[in-house]
Amino acid sequence: MSLTLAPGDCLALFGPNGAGKTTLLRLLGGLLRPTSGSAVIEGVPLPGGADVRARVGLVSHQTMLYDALTARENVEFAARMYGVSDVGAAASDVLERLGATSFADVRVRLLSRGMQQRVSVARAIVHSPSVLLADEPFTGLDAAGAAALTGMLAELRDSGATIVIVTHNLDEALALCTTAAIMREGRFVRLDHAPIPARDEYTALYRELSADAA
Amino acid sequence: MQPSVLPGVLHPRRAPGFVASTLAIARKDMLIELRSRSVILSALAFAVLALTIFFFAWDPTAVAPIDLAPGVLWVIFTFSGLLGLHRSFGVEQPTHAMDALLAAPVSREAIYLGKLIANLGFVILVQAISLPAVALLYNVPVGAYVLPLIGVVLLAAVGLVAVGTLFSAMAVTTRLAELLLPLLALPFFVPVILPAAQATARLMSGRAVSEVAGYIELLAAFDIIFLVVCTLAYPFTLEQ
Amino acid sequence: MKFSKLGAVAVIAVIAVYIRAIYFTPIEALQGAAQKILYVHAPSAWVGLYLAFGLVAIASVLYLWLKDPKLDRVAASSAEVGLLFSTVVLITGPLWAKPVWGTFWTWDARLTLMLFLWFIYAGYIILRGAIDDFEMRARYSAVLGILGAILVPFIHLSVYFFRTLHPMPVLLKPSAPSMPREMLVTLVSSFVAFTLLYVWLLRERYLLAVDHDAAMGAHS
Repeated sequence: MSLTLAPGDCLALFGPNGAGKTTLLRLLGGLLRPTSGSAVIEGVPLPGGADVRARVGLVSHQTMLYDALTARENVEFAARMYGVSDVGAAASDVLERLGATSFADVRVRLLSRGMQQRVSVARAIVHSPSVLLADEPFTGLDAAGAAALTGMLAELRDSGATIVIVTHNLDEALALCTTAAIMREGRFVRLDHAPIPARDEYTALYRELSADAA
Repeated sequence: MQPSVLPGVLHPRRAPGFVASTLAIARKDMLIELRSRSVILSALAFAVLALTIFFFAWDPTAVAPIDLAPGVLWVIFTFSGLLGLHRSFGVEQPTHAMDALLAAPVSREAIYLGKLIANLGFVILVQAISLPAVALLYNVPVGAYVLPLIGVVLLAAVGLVAVGTLFSAMAVTTRLAELLLPLLALPFFVPVILPAAQATARLMSGRAVSEVAGYIELLAAFDIIFLVVCTLAYPFTLEQ
Repeated sequence: MKFSKLGAVAVIAVIAVYIRAIYFTPIEALQGAAQKILYVHAPSAWVGLYLAFGLVAIASVLYLWLKDPKLDRVAASSAEVGLLFSTVVLITGPLWAKPVWGTFWTWDARLTLMLFLWFIYAGYIILRGAIDDFEMRARYSAVLGILGAILVPFIHLSVYFFRTLHPMPVLLKPSAPSMPREMLVTLVSSFVAFTLLYVWLLRERYLLAVDHDAAMGAHS
């Protein structure tokens, strides 16, 4: 499989469980070394050094938050890890954009899964990454939360970030992405650049391509 | 200049320095502990209980408490230390927070050293409470040699935490998890506990500091070598 | 199991050494027949402490450098065979100590060192058993193998601060070895025979690991 994304592109990755979507994302996040082939971010082959990692933001299907700390403390810690200059201001800013200000000083343990998910996204973008990798970012979000996140991701995309979303939520993802791919058994079985087929058509396609997987 | 992701908002950043990221990780772990107090409380409860049980496990008319004290002290330090070390990488587990640390532009050595500093803080805190408790309850007058004794305790703490932090990182990702930590770590604690307990016993029986110099040198050599080796070894435990 | 040529040589060598030790080597004046345990105890310690552990450490360093699964298999095989020989040392030691020192176990420096070596080997093997992923198991055990090799001299030093009952190894004395010539010849041949035995067992264990990994579909 081969694919190049430009700034402002958003790739939605679909596929049945075990298709290798998460593995691809971890590879792009520098957490895995490719066994064959290569992946490149801004000219640097992965897994690159700290320079490349600094430009990538990661939302995993786990929240990657410390539940004994407050939302703000979690985001501020992430900001420190990325060397953000004004940690406090950056954390307040992203928490506000994700509608998390009201529970910013509550310990993560006490938050609902949806609230935690917003904090998790805030954590991933506090350092203004130019590439955002999101694994199931809609997990646990209610309709309002999903809408807020979609708006947020659209804003990110329009401002020139490259976004890769792994998800089963076709509706949200299709609304956002400029490129859509369906994966199975570690390879792309279908790749569409904009314009992507309409939602109903694509849903049917996806069902067909993932159905005989098992 | 990096592209701004949020329109009109850019959070300026530069690669975090080694020391800054090490301290940030240590600070984060200490903050978590401050909130949950799980390590400190369980370690202290263990220390006080062990102290009491040891006292009644021996016949005080046959063994003088002052002969018992060094052994009790070091058994307490060893096992309360293990309690804390297990939590060290354990706090990263439930939500896979380790992935976020590894994806961040911090060096792997800084992750290890940050954890090590936090662990050292916990161990020293537990020691700072259990040492006077042993002195008080076992009726050992430590006043005359308190500084060399503190020196021995601190040197030993560094050695225990250096290997313990590395093994904690390894143990939590295995199927046996916390059960594996004592199995791996205890043989490595021997060259720390042994000279430390011997030095403590000699100091408590009123020997001169010069008589324990050999033990102190051994502890210092262990600390230096294992600090370096474990720092270098930690990145190899991670997927690359 | 197919009995290889190496295996045959090793077993014959060990048998020959014991025929010599039992029938053709003089009985030590002070310790009597019990001293014959030396010809099992000392060569086992040589294999367990130096050969097997040394190879674990070397293969571990090389594994972290080259990431060749073969090296991991060598280290693992050597650790298992090393555990076997250390167990022999720990069993023959007390058997010998009882008639000579009057006690099965003493916290003597060399015995203690051997005991902790046994703990490290055992920890190494338990660690391997607790990890499913081939690559991670290899990395973790290599790290432990290297740290263990660095630990041994420290344990050695720290237990030496206790007084030791144990005789210094007779062979390594800088002056002339203090032992009759016949005994010395038997002892040296037992070292050679045990080294052969180690190499053979190591090879068999390695081949077993290759089969096992092939069956698991792991790296070749």
